[in-house]
Amino acid sequence: MFELKEFCAVQSLEQADRLLHSDRKNVILGGMLWMRMGTRQFHTGIDLSQLGLDRIKDTGDHIEIGAMTCLRQVETSPVLEENFGTIFKDAVSGIVGVQFRNLATLGGSVFSRFSFSDVSTALLVLGTRVRLYRGGDMPLSDFLETSPGRDILVSLSIPKQTIDTVYLSHRKSATDVPVLGAALARTPQGWHIALGARPSRARLAPKAAGLLPRVPDPEQVEAACAAVQEELGFGSNPRGSEAYRRHLAGVLIKRGVRAICR
Amino acid sequence: MQVNKFKVSCTINGAGYEEEIAPDLLLIDFLRGLGFLSIKQGCDTTNCGLCTVWVDDRPVLSCAVPAARIHGKAVTTLEGVREKAEAFAGFMAEQGADQCGFCSPGLVMNILAMEKELDNPSPEEIRAYLAGNLCRCTGYASQMRAIEAYLAARPYCKPRGGDQ
Repeated sequence: MFELKEFCAVQSLEQADRLLHSDRKNVILGGMLWMRMGTRQFHTGIDLSQLGLDRIKDTGDHIEIGAMTCLRQVETSPVLEENFGTIFKDAVSGIVGVQFRNLATLGGSVFSRFSFSDVSTALLVLGTRVRLYRGGDMPLSDFLETSPGRDILVSLSIPKQTIDTVYLSHRKSATDVPVLGAALARTPQGWHIALGARPSRARLAPKAAGLLPRVPDPEQVEAACAAVQEELGFGSNPRGSEAYRRHLAGVLIKRGVRAICR
Repeated sequence: MQVNKFKVSCTINGAGYEEEIAPDLLLIDFLRGLGFLSIKQGCDTTNCGLCTVWVDDRPVLSCAVPAARIHGKAVTTLEGVREKAEAFAGFMAEQGADQCGFCSPGLVMNILAMEKELDNPSPEEIRAYLAGNLCRCTGYASQMRAIEAYLAARPYCKPRGGDQ
C-alpha cells in the first residue's frame, strides 16, 4: 500500500497544477485502483474529484468527457451510445466488476498509458483528442506515444460524426485484462483500426485500415489482416506469445469487419 | 514519514460522523475501525468484491477508496440495509447459497445495488453485474437461484419503513 503524507481536495486546476509542481513527490489521484497496489511514499495526494471533471457533455460537434469520469459512467452513458454505438460498453464491461468500474476513471486509464487499457484502444478509433492543463490539446494517438510526465489530463474530446464501431477482445478469463483488444470504426472517410494489449500500448494501424473499402470482400479483409500483422509489433507475456497475439489480431479484425458490415 | 491528519465529515447509514484520519487511510479500515464489521477484507487487490459498500448509493470497493475522499458523502454498509439483507438471506439459505459466508456481505450489497439500478434483469445481466463478486464455495449456481427467486418475489421483500 502506498503512503500519503497529506491529502488535498483542490478547488481549481490552477491549485492542482501549483501543488503538482511544488514537490516532485506530490501526485494526482485518479481512481487509485492501480496506485494502491504500489508501496511508494508520496507527499501530497492531489484529489481532483471536486472539480466537476466527472461529466460527459455534448458540446454540439464534440462529446467531451472529463478525466474523472468513471468507467461505469462511460459504460452506461446514453449520450455515448447514441453517438458511438456500444463501443464503450463493449470495451469496459469486462473490466473486473461494477464496483471497480464505479471507481476507475477514464483519465487514470488514459494518462497512465496502461498498455492493457481496453478504453484507450476504443478511444483511438474515434479520433479522440486529449486536453492537458499545461500541454494543451493533442491527438490521443500522439499522447499515447509520449512518456508519462507531470501534467494534468483535464478531458477527452471526441468528434461527432457518422460512424459504425465495434470493440472486441480476447481474455483468458472473464474480468481479466485482455490478451488482445481490437477496435474498429467505419466513417464515410474510411476505416480506423486500433489494437491494444499487444502487450504494449494501443496503437492505430492506418496502413491496414487504408486497404479496406467501405464494404470489403474476404480477400481485402485478409489483406488488411496481413497488413496489421506487419504494421504493428506484437510481444509475449504470461498471457500470450507474440505468435498467438499476431494470429488473434487477424481473427479479431475479421470478426470486427464482419460485425460492422452486417 | 510524518503525516498531517485530515478531518473527514460524512454520514454512515444515516448517522453523522466527524473523524480525524490519516490521509492514506482506506475506507475499509475507517469503517471497520468505527465498528462496521460486516465489511470483509478479501483479496486486497480490488478484485473480489468482499469489501463492497455504497458511497452516495453507488457500489464501490472500500479497499480502494481513500477515506478522505468520502468527505461530505453518504456511506451505506450492510448494517444500514439490514431488513432487506435479511429478506435476501432467507432466499440464500433456502437455496444453499451460503457456505463459508465470507463473501456474503459484499455480495448482498451488490445485489441490492443491482436491484435499484436494473429493472427486471435477465440472468446474463445479473451475472454481468455481479462479475466482481467472487465466491470460492458455491460455484455461483445456487447464488443465481437465490437471486432469481428473490427478484421474482420482490414485492414481498420491500422494506417496510425505517430501512435505507
